[in-house]
Amino acid sequence: MNNSQARNQDIVVSAIAAHIEKHKNRPGPLLPILHDIQNDLGYIPDEAISEIASQLSLSRAEVHGVVSFYHHFSTKPRGRHIVEVCCAESCQAVGGRNLEKYAKEKLGLDWYQTTRDGEITLEPVYCLGNCACSPSVRVGKEMLGRVDNESFDELIDELTTVPLDIAPLEGR
Amino acid sequence: MSAENTTRVYISRDSSALSMGAEKVASALKQGLNGQNVTIIRNGSRALYWLEPMIEVETPAGRVAYGPVKAKDVAGLIEQGLLEGNQDHPLCLGLTEEIPYLKKQQRLTFARAGIIDPVSLDDYRATEGYKGLEKALQMSAQAIVDEVKESGLRGRGGAAFPTGIKWQTVLGAEAEQKYIVCNADEGDSGTFADRLQMEADPFGLIEGMTIAGLAVGATQGYIYLREEYPHAHEILDEAIAIAEKNGYLGDNILQSGKAFHLEVRLGAKAYICGEETALLESLEGKRGMVRPKPPIPALVGLFGQPTVVNNVISLSSVSIILAKGADYYKDFGMGRSRGTMPFQLAGNLKYAGLVETAFGVTLKELLYDFGGGSLTGRPLRAVQAGGPLGTYLPESQWDVAMDYEEMAALGAVLGHGGVVAFDDTVDMSEQARFSMDFCVVESCGKCTPCRIGSTRGVEVIDKIRANQDRDNNIELLEQLCETMVDGSLCAMGGMTPFPVQSALKHFSEDFAK
Ligand SMILES: Cc1cc2nc3c(=O)[nH]c(=O)nc-3n(C[C@H](O)[C@H](O)[C@H](O)COP(=O)(O)O)c2cc1C
Ligand code: SF4
Ligand code: FES
Repeated sequence: MNNSQARNQDIVVSAIAAHIEKHKNRPGPLLPILHDIQNDLGYIPDEAISEIASQLSLSRAEVHGVVSFYHHFSTKPRGRHIVEVCCAESCQAVGGRNLEKYAKEKLGLDWYQTTRDGEITLEPVYCLGNCACSPSVRVGKEMLGRVDNESFDELIDELTTVPLDIAPLEGR
Repeated sequence: MSAENTTRVYISRDSSALSMGAEKVASALKQGLNGQNVTIIRNGSRALYWLEPMIEVETPAGRVAYGPVKAKDVAGLIEQGLLEGNQDHPLCLGLTEEIPYLKKQQRLTFARAGIIDPVSLDDYRATEGYKGLEKALQMSAQAIVDEVKESGLRGRGGAAFPTGIKWQTVLGAEAEQKYIVCNADEGDSGTFADRLQMEADPFGLIEGMTIAGLAVGATQGYIYLREEYPHAHEILDEAIAIAEKNGYLGDNILQSGKAFHLEVRLGAKAYICGEETALLESLEGKRGMVRPKPPIPALVGLFGQPTVVNNVISLSSVSIILAKGADYYKDFGMGRSRGTMPFQLAGNLKYAGLVETAFGVTLKELLYDFGGGSLTGRPLRAVQAGGPLGTYLPESQWDVAMDYEEMAALGAVLGHGGVVAFDDTVDMSEQARFSMDFCVVESCGKCTPCRIGSTRGVEVIDKIRANQDRDNNIELLEQLCETMVDGSLCAMGGMTPFPVQSALKHFSEDFAK
């Protein structure tokens, strides 16, 4: 481990500690902690699982069991943007299946994979509550309706040409 | 800028409106109206979604609507008298309230949707908001429960259990701490009523939960919100903070000496966490595994305490029931389905959106009179009602009146009110495969028929679709469905066969290609 890696490691460890500290005295603290860690770091690192386990008096297996139960939580680093394509019935009824296929082809990814440049992770989602404007895609807080191949292209162009964001990771 | 003679212009902050470009339209409005005596209000949505982004302008005659508006239309609209409500522009829809789709509805629970600024307590109070709570504070706990019983309200989350009876159980339970949990997991595909409600009228839900707290003696509430709804999350947090600041939540609600605290908790993408006991496990920080019943959550719920679990729409409807009275509410509807139901028109329909109306409207009316037929212009062929565990209905069944019992008589469900239409390009064997596959992905894994049965179901349907030993495999699929229905602990495994069986029964030709 070189110096800068060690420094990053320190930042991660103290971030994890802060998120645990913030919630650990609330009833049912585990999901809020996991959400905060993932929002901050992009995934749930191994160190987090150990630290949560010891702070909440759970076993590592228990914490891991919770993390793995929910589709939302990832134990591997993911892309800067998570592109979620709706695979549920309302979207299927207006071309959603074609869009799923197109998205995979366009990005050269299967579900839960990340582009080599670390920009985009592709994920399936079962309904975004945007069914009156199907097919739907979500990127973070942004929701897109009536998505076709062309507007999917535009979205990806937009995501990949945005200049590198050097602001701190907070609030993502 | 004086608040009085300013012109009020509305542009939505609802997720679906945003998904169609409302934010860009709002920016264009801000820019184009800069310097004029105008207040731009970010409302919820009327949920006439094919018209979003919709701009509304307040005029002496009422609100005038324009839509669907693109950002590039805005300058022209302003030039042609948007602020005066000029009706000559091709995008003008006339008076909003006169749009037939809206005018034909009976909006009770959604009376404020798209009309008010969702995070304005003043707007809320000006539209009879918090009337219900004020009344409830003058009533005994038992009287509140009686009022809800009397209204005939049945849970809108899917199982249609009478809300008042559930509350009675919790009221009768002795405990130090009781809880109100709002089920805002809205996992059913084709549904968005909860989202709309939370984004358009969050105080309606907050008020309903507060009333529930008074009714059963609970001082803490949680809204279990799906992670997929970031905008609803933001709006709820905003509204809760405002309610706290103004004495509508906290240790001493409206100086009554009664306490009620409320907090939003996020789910993490798991359909099964919409099932109430899995939801409680999740709130406690565990895997979302379904608990065997009994004990029922009303007696042994969150952290082992008596707990009311109700859907967003059930709780929001309570505000109306208390404000207007049980009699007013139960006058709508038919048979044992009292009040109104928010039907959500989705999928391949020209006019998709929310239709709140008394129970008893026919499916055909929803599809054609409201929905306008298919979006693609092709004939409609199949309709899935009641979410991903709901049956597919063929055209011969579309005369059914949408009420709990009439649907049950067809072996169908109303569920949370979702209606997803498909045109004649649908392949029903592919839909059946999806239903099984969804169960593979979303099963909590507790019981074998659901966990293993669904995996086998996918395999068998694949064989049928590949024309391998078709007759035997269809028989096998039918048996498998029966095993899942009979042997599953909850409706995930118990109802996944519904869409599959209905596809087999009514669309058998799609399994014989
Ligand atoms: C698999 C499954 C998923 C469910 N998902 C939801 C849901 O997303 N939202 C909801 O309100 N109820 C859902 N329910 C129903 C709940 O278990 C419960 O009946 C409901 O929250 C009670 O509230 P209500 O009486 O107000 O409808 C689901 C049930 C099952 C079996
Ligand atoms: S039916 Fe499925 S989801 Fe329900 S308890 Fe059994 S395994 Fe879990
Ligand atoms: S089914 Fe895709 S948004 Fe609801």
